[in-house]
Amino acid sequence: MPSLGSDMEAGTLVQWLKHPGDAVKRGDIIAVVDTQKGAIEIEVFEEGVIESVQIKQGEKVPVGTVLAMIRGTGPERPRVPAATAPPSAPAREGPPTPAAVSAPQKTPHEEPSRRRVSPMARKVAADLGVDVTQVEGTGSGGAITREDVERAAAALKTSAAHKPSAPTARAGDMRAAIASAMARSKREIPHYYLSSTIDMSGSLAWLRAENEKRPVAERLLPVALLIKAVGLALREVPELNGYWIDGAFREGTGVHVGCAISLRGGGLVAPGLHDADRMDLGTLMRQLSDLVARARAGSLKSSDLSDPTITVTNLGDQGAEAAFGIIYPPQVALVGFGKIAERPWVCSGKIEARPLLTATLSADHRATDGHRGGVFLAAVDRLLQAPEKL
Amino acid sequence: MTPDDIKRVVLDVLTRIAPEVDPASIQSGVSFRDQLDLDSMDFLNFVLALHDRLGVDIPEADYPRLYTLDGAVAYLASKSVRAAAP
Repeated sequence: MPSLGSDMEAGTLVQWLKHPGDAVKRGDIIAVVDTQKGAIEIEVFEEGVIESVQIKQGEKVPVGTVLAMIRGTGPERPRVPAATAPPSAPAREGPPTPAAVSAPQKTPHEEPSRRRVSPMARKVAADLGVDVTQVEGTGSGGAITREDVERAAAALKTSAAHKPSAPTARAGDMRAAIASAMARSKREIPHYYLSSTIDMSGSLAWLRAENEKRPVAERLLPVALLIKAVGLALREVPELNGYWIDGAFREGTGVHVGCAISLRGGGLVAPGLHDADRMDLGTLMRQLSDLVARARAGSLKSSDLSDPTITVTNLGDQGAEAAFGIIYPPQVALVGFGKIAERPWVCSGKIEARPLLTATLSADHRATDGHRGGVFLAAVDRLLQAPEKL
Repeated sequence: MTPDDIKRVVLDVLTRIAPEVDPASIQSGVSFRDQLDLDSMDFLNFVLALHDRLGVDIPEADYPRLYTLDGAVAYLASKSVRAAAP
């Protein structure tokens, strides 16, 4: 059970999408897990064949529990526990959970589906009230698989799908998760806060000209420039990019910018844009747009949530002048952007109306000092003065 | 396409972006962002959907004309008349 944020302690296995005997490769979605943040698709980070699943559907298990075993495709490849956090992800802080990743392998709950009806298909059929003798098998040798049963169940309009919690219960769960993470952050992290006012006239002029050339679907929002500038500035101040774990800073492997996204029903998620420092602005914008859409549709993947190395919040979009955020542990920094608004700016001894942006940094004083935070904000400012290079 | 048709498309697009909103409650002269809690990404999706549904090109400089229901219908009606003209 991967950790999808420091506030996650357990998850409920809603549905297996791959089964023993199925070949999997990196990036495949193998299961759906229900968390306080909603249903999340679990990706696999290994290549091989699923040997066994260790958790039944409907079972709630702590973070770190092995969900399935995958046998590597090569002759020498050992079995590896699947669907744990990716190697680069931070370990969850706090006491280790009783069932850690290294939990001994249990007897598999089921065997590869070589019979006419796989045990899982039988179980699902029983759960869904499907008569297996009426189901057409599409598995190996005509075996009836779980998917066959589910298709039959869907046809019978007895939904096999996960029934999501009522919206109010879901909002309550998410509130509790946010409360837990933010209370922990304020309890444990000695925050320091810096702010800097950035003249955005150059960036916005460049953006206007650029968007004139672009079709509607490829137009950029200012936030794409801001995230890219954060990504590049973190290369200069890498000690803000990573995690504080077990009393020490661990630099992130890559710059994965978590984007705080407010949900329409209330609540907040901060899925990550991977390698935000390496993407061109068009790609970054597309990925951000996709991330926002998926966050709001409740279809985030485990890799979206497991390893952001910093968070960016763009509350200026709602009109706030500046945002001094609370760090999402175990990250060590959060960047806040306020509204870009025309305000007086002194330039060459004259007061001019310029579009200004207040950028803030909330940082963990255990990991960095204010001086390095200042260097970071200065780098963001400098990068935004040359938008064509972003 | 009549202004009423355009209004129906605009409201349909808006309620896809903000599903909790009752289209009947949308005030015609008040900005969408103020009454529907839209952010810049929502607004971009709004423009994109109007472009796709109505086939009108909407330059970024014209975005402010889409901020209210009245404004959007008037703007899109003028654009679609022009688009339909030979």
